[in-house]
Amino acid sequence: MLHIFKPDLKVDFVSKFKWGIFFSLFLIFLGLASLIVKNGFKVGIEFKGGTALILQVKNNLGTGEVRSLLEKSNYFKHMTIENYGNVNGQYLIEIPISKVNNDILNAEIAKAFEKYGPGSYQILKVNVIGPKIGSDFAKKAIIAVVLSLLGILIYIAIRFKFNFAVASVVSLVHDVLITLGFLSLFNYELTLDVIAALLTIVGYSVNDTVIIFDRIREKLRNNPKLSKIDAINTGISETLSRTIITSSTVIVVTLILFLFGGSVLRGMSFALLVGFITGTYSSIFIAPPVLFLFKGPLLPEAKKQEVASEEMFKRSYKIE
Amino acid sequence: MKQSDWFKLFLVIVVFVIFGAYAVDAFLPQQTLENLPSFMPKKVINLGLDLKGGTHLTLEVETDKAIAGILQQASENLKKQFDNAKIAYNTVEVNAKKTSIDVTLMDPNDINRALDLIQSNFGNFETKTIGSSIIMTLKPKIALNMQKEAVNQAVGVIRNRIDQFGVAEPTVVTSSSRDIVVELPGISDPERAIKLIGQTAVLELHLVDDSVNVENALNGQLPPDDEVLYQIIKNPTTGEITKVPIVVKKAPVVTGSMIKKANVTFSSQTNQPVVSFELNSQGTQAFAQFTSTHVGKRLAIVLDNTVYSAPVIREPILNGSGEISGDFTVRQAHDLAIVLRSGSLPAPVKVLEKTVIGPTLGKDSIKSATLAIIIGSIAVFLFMVVYYRLFGLLADFALMFNLLIILGTLAMLGATLTLPGIAGMALTVGMSVDTNVLIFDQFGTETIKGFAITLAIGLIANMFTAITFTKVIYDALFSNKSLKKLSI
Repeated sequence: MLHIFKPDLKVDFVSKFKWGIFFSLFLIFLGLASLIVKNGFKVGIEFKGGTALILQVKNNLGTGEVRSLLEKSNYFKHMTIENYGNVNGQYLIEIPISKVNNDILNAEIAKAFEKYGPGSYQILKVNVIGPKIGSDFAKKAIIAVVLSLLGILIYIAIRFKFNFAVASVVSLVHDVLITLGFLSLFNYELTLDVIAALLTIVGYSVNDTVIIFDRIREKLRNNPKLSKIDAINTGISETLSRTIITSSTVIVVTLILFLFGGSVLRGMSFALLVGFITGTYSSIFIAPPVLFLFKGPLLPEAKKQEVASEEMFKRSYKIE
Repeated sequence: MKQSDWFKLFLVIVVFVIFGAYAVDAFLPQQTLENLPSFMPKKVINLGLDLKGGTHLTLEVETDKAIAGILQQASENLKKQFDNAKIAYNTVEVNAKKTSIDVTLMDPNDINRALDLIQSNFGNFETKTIGSSIIMTLKPKIALNMQKEAVNQAVGVIRNRIDQFGVAEPTVVTSSSRDIVVELPGISDPERAIKLIGQTAVLELHLVDDSVNVENALNGQLPPDDEVLYQIIKNPTTGEITKVPIVVKKAPVVTGSMIKKANVTFSSQTNQPVVSFELNSQGTQAFAQFTSTHVGKRLAIVLDNTVYSAPVIREPILNGSGEISGDFTVRQAHDLAIVLRSGSLPAPVKVLEKTVIGPTLGKDSIKSATLAIIIGSIAVFLFMVVYYRLFGLLADFALMFNLLIILGTLAMLGATLTLPGIAGMALTVGMSVDTNVLIFDQFGTETIKGFAITLAIGLIANMFTAITFTKVIYDALFSNKSLKKLSI
């Protein structure tokens, strides 16, 4: 009852690693292609400076209609407009000006919607970001993500070994890359919320990876003669139930947040959703393969067993 | 059960009662709260601006300008002291970058006397000597303190202005060394707020120097102790704005720091709103003395380097009162009175960021995020019961307990709940299954006695630390370690 799979289940994951790596490279490539086609990330106003407003519009006006209404005003000459958070009649409008007087802005919008009457629209949010604070935010966001990865690298290097630390960080970078690629593919903006989501993904994904690594290490400690391949296969297999149960509940909750959490949370919950799925997948198919890049035994303890004994169980593995 | 288990159970109950009281009270209406006995906590969970709507401002205090002002003052002071000490100088002036005072002496032999004077009377400065020139800069530590002081002062002044303006539960805090974050719940007119908060409001009364021809002054023939300021005059019929230059004495007669009271009144002649002010005793004395000796001269009322009016002194003013007239609306006059009462900012502030969130967006956000938490929780709760049966139900209680602790902690700390915070709580629900699975897995592979209670306690004990969802993530890192220490 406690396991989805039988406790003694053992899957040969190692032989499937190459497919996982191909799949990941494909996804990363897809994201890169999207970035190239779309000329880089869609960056939120908080990073580039300017003005963003969220408008709620009645009368079933589409993006084109709202644009043509507003564009007559000088303020909105270089505006971009898109539907906000998949909600009907909610639009995110951005203008590249950060010297905005809210009183004048309100008056210009009122003028634009004159023919539909004052009740035909509602300004939900106006955000004016100066260029200096924008570049400040961007710097801080990059520092935060890099520091989190560095912190994890150091921590796991201390708790485990350097090879485990590198493997974890490679899989985390993989998660961040794929999430960023998907954000670009599906036209989501990079905002402060999304950066917070990336940090959460890093924290969550490392948890999954560490639990698997811990089991691999435990297997090796209990039986130093175990081969790398066997240790990794049993490590992943034994934790598979846990991985699937906990990941699926988190992913379901995130999916609910994405579907029902409202327009403001949509970008953040999309990033979380992609990141959590990728994080679970990468702790099985990306982090362990990286361990093979390091020559020699996985654990320092194994060294004490002498080279000869290592040779021995290599041979015994072949016999099997 | 072991003694230590009883202790754990006791701890759980205590925590449950305390956090529960805070969490429940946080949702009670104000009136019910007031009727509660005094030992009950009465703290509410503050909602962030993104949930309740309002204006968020990030302001930068231009501390360089405060430092420039300090240098200017020091240079004036130094000139006087040089004159007294009979040290002849070519120049004593603040450099173009406003970072130092550059002194050039007439006689290089005076250099040691000059340095002695600076050292004993201008302790905040360090000096560098090149030939007969001395460069004075503020000591770095002192300059840093002055900048900090300027920011702190600005926070005080802004807070004072907002309080007088009447905003419920405003926040005014420094966010980095030079930035101030201002949150005004419920305010959706940022421009008025910025005007009120951001006005430097340095009020000074200067003597108008009518002996100087304005044309000549604009061409550079200006006595060293005079300056040219502008009066902005609006033509009442055409609405045209003209800037009229006026030559005034640099040294003010009265400054804004001497103002005791400021109120909106209506001018008896034009019936327009004006701001009348009253000086403190020091100001009254200075003003009385000055007006007695300068009857018939003009006095310019200068606010933030703009002349508002320059009336003629008809008779000595002994009661220390005056008024500022301009083309004010009642609202503008009201705001100016607040600004004058609460004192001037030590340096100008610049708006780095302003956000206005309407009330509907916040309400919608709360509604949908709460819905997401409820659906998510039900899904997870059901999963636990279906999958783990009785123990799943136990874990569900632990999960609810966990949410209770989060809410209780928020209330206890007077913390602010934002929309991402609610999202975090939803994720906590999803992630806390992890702890349970790890515990149940462990218990599934080992033979144990009296596991039920211990297990429940273990679950709950694990939840104690899970106060924020990021913490949950990091806690989970260790949770399979701590399991080995559990006495199952």
